[in-house]
Amino acid sequence: MSDTIKAPTVAELQAKGETPEILFWVGCAGSFDDRYKRVTVAFTKILNKLNVNFAVLGPEESCTGDPARRAGNEFLFQMQAMANIQLLDMYQVKKIVTACPHCFNTLKNEYPDLGGNYEVIHHTTFLQGLLDEGKLKVSGGAFKGQKITYHDSCYLGRANDIYEAPRNVLKSLDADLVEMKRCKTKGLCCGAGGGQMFKDAEAGDKEINIERTEEALDTGAKVIASGCPFCMTMLSDGVKSKEKEAEVQVKDIAELLDDAMD
Amino acid sequence: MTWILQVVFVVVVAVPIYFLIGRIKQIRSNILLGKDLDRSDRSGDRWKAMLLIAFGQKKMFKKPIPAFLHLLIYVGFLVINLEVLEFLIDGLLGTHRIFAPYLGSFYNIAMNFFEFLALGVLISCIAFLIRRNVIKVPRFTKPEMKGWPAMDGNLILIIECILMFAILKMNAADQVLQSRGVAGYVDTGDLMISSLFIPLFQNYSDTFLIVIERGAWWFHIIGIFAFAVYVTYSKHLHIFLAFPNTYYSNLEPKGKIQNMDAVTTEVKSMLGIPVKGAGEPPAEVGTFGAKDATDLSWKSLMEAYSCTECGRCTSECPANQTGKTLSPRKVMMDTRDRIEDIGAGKGEGKTLLGDFITKEEINACTSCNACTEACPINIDPLSIILEMKRYVAMEESGSPASWNSMFSNIETNFAPWKFSPTDRFNWAQDLNDKN
Ligand code: SF4
Ligand code: SF4
Repeated sequence: MSDTIKAPTVAELQAKGETPEILFWVGCAGSFDDRYKRVTVAFTKILNKLNVNFAVLGPEESCTGDPARRAGNEFLFQMQAMANIQLLDMYQVKKIVTACPHCFNTLKNEYPDLGGNYEVIHHTTFLQGLLDEGKLKVSGGAFKGQKITYHDSCYLGRANDIYEAPRNVLKSLDADLVEMKRCKTKGLCCGAGGGQMFKDAEAGDKEINIERTEEALDTGAKVIASGCPFCMTMLSDGVKSKEKEAEVQVKDIAELLDDAMD
Repeated sequence: MTWILQVVFVVVVAVPIYFLIGRIKQIRSNILLGKDLDRSDRSGDRWKAMLLIAFGQKKMFKKPIPAFLHLLIYVGFLVINLEVLEFLIDGLLGTHRIFAPYLGSFYNIAMNFFEFLALGVLISCIAFLIRRNVIKVPRFTKPEMKGWPAMDGNLILIIECILMFAILKMNAADQVLQSRGVAGYVDTGDLMISSLFIPLFQNYSDTFLIVIERGAWWFHIIGIFAFAVYVTYSKHLHIFLAFPNTYYSNLEPKGKIQNMDAVTTEVKSMLGIPVKGAGEPPAEVGTFGAKDATDLSWKSLMEAYSCTECGRCTSECPANQTGKTLSPRKVMMDTRDRIEDIGAGKGEGKTLLGDFITKEEINACTSCNACTEACPINIDPLSIILEMKRYVAMEESGSPASWNSMFSNIETNFAPWKFSPTDRFNWAQDLNDKN
């Protein structure tokens, strides 16, 4: 891999008279969160390695409005949504890939009511597609036989019925995929959805992310795989609070795949 | 003499039907106090949802043991009501077992089938009573289940047991009378379950047996009609409302939040985007979100009446599991209590949000949809919670302080965190780092 890895912006391409096939919607977490930036980088590397014709919005991207809507601020959500739709339509975007299930859900299910119609794909589904087409080949190795458990993101799973794509990608790593007690439709939330990421939890006996982390650790997996920036933060915090960060890693599916491809 | 009984019968049936109709009208008008929501599309998918989920009990089978017991009661309820048809005709005409001569040996088969179902219902009800009161399945012992809701659950099971016993007792006495050739008691053939009780009755006189048989018959018919009225005050209304409730299910992806068109119109005019139908006087904008039960959609209100208080939602709710006050089942129960109060003209000066449901409860919701997934009849407690969050955010500006700063970050920095928008693309600088 001597080629430099690029993340062109749609504006740059437009200046050259080109339009990308796919827009990679990075999301706020993917842009600003130090940990999740590494996922953005990993996914960009995969896109580069496979010569996918993509671009990002770069500085022009803005919050989809999801956390505002779920905290009840419909005005703010719609302001964000309309501005984003204007931008996406200006660039004639047709197909969007994102690594954030919250962005995915909002762009896919909620923007159409406001006039924004795009084909929206979560990165795990996108990666599975590439595996199925044979474009993406994993020689295995790094994770062969390792115990990995996958944490279902509510916004991918129950919200959009995507349970198999992330699992199929993980299986391609020849890993030993183990399930937690609560998984798929019965998966337990990481505790961050519905705007919870941005405030302290209400009083209770326990934090939700600790409950979930305990369940993940119970599987004995060395890697907790996730496909969502919120889940990743919550589970990483959980693993840290259990002082297990030396033994157990929380990794995004794109990172695992990127590692396996090297 | 029998004409007096026939008149009594008509009265016994007519009075509860009168109350029943009044009650149905009231529930209907309470539901219609809710706001409009269009669920008239995709009728094919709606029929499918109803057939699979209400009729086919599909979601019940996530928990096989209660599903099986519930299925017995459900089938028993549907089928044994066919026998009630005969009861009604007999009661009106002053006959006894009017179908028996016409159906011949099939009558015996049908009666035996009913008896087996009655036994199944009996066993299931006893098993459910044990689950509630002896094993104490955790979801039946949450705080919102104290008092009337627990009583309601037990009452119905006990009533069903008594009704089933009445049928068996009636058939046993009937068979003894048949064997003695008492006038009017037509031969039903051997009835397998109730014949087990025959030894208990064999030594009594004809008159006493007739009293027992008639007594059980009257008890059953009165019981059924009393039950029908009672059901409308109980969580057992689900036996009827589960059907329309699943027909009008939310068919959109669970993650999709219903758009607020009133907001769209305002936002568009703020952004200078032309609005369809602009120039017309704006439609009356009510409150944003929900403060009271009447601010919810009719579907949410129908759901409140359909809720069986099974607590499957609450037992899957991450907030509830970790000891927060939020319980989606309680949200449904509160909504029902509140709309009943409003419909009855009671409870002025109270509101659903505040007096029944607190901000602490709704704020704990992670919008994870575990509750909507778990509900065996597709109830959506999340939509009620969301409507209240909307009220708090838009009408009261009363969201938690950290949410308010998240809002202002989105407004000014276009991200929920306080980062400069110009740094948004900084991640690309790490692209060629070797690490
Ligand atoms: S959506 Fe809210 S109420 Fe429903 S299970 Fe999740 S946290 Fe609980
Ligand atoms: S909302 Fe559904 S799952 Fe929850 S208690 Fe009512 S019927 Fe049961």
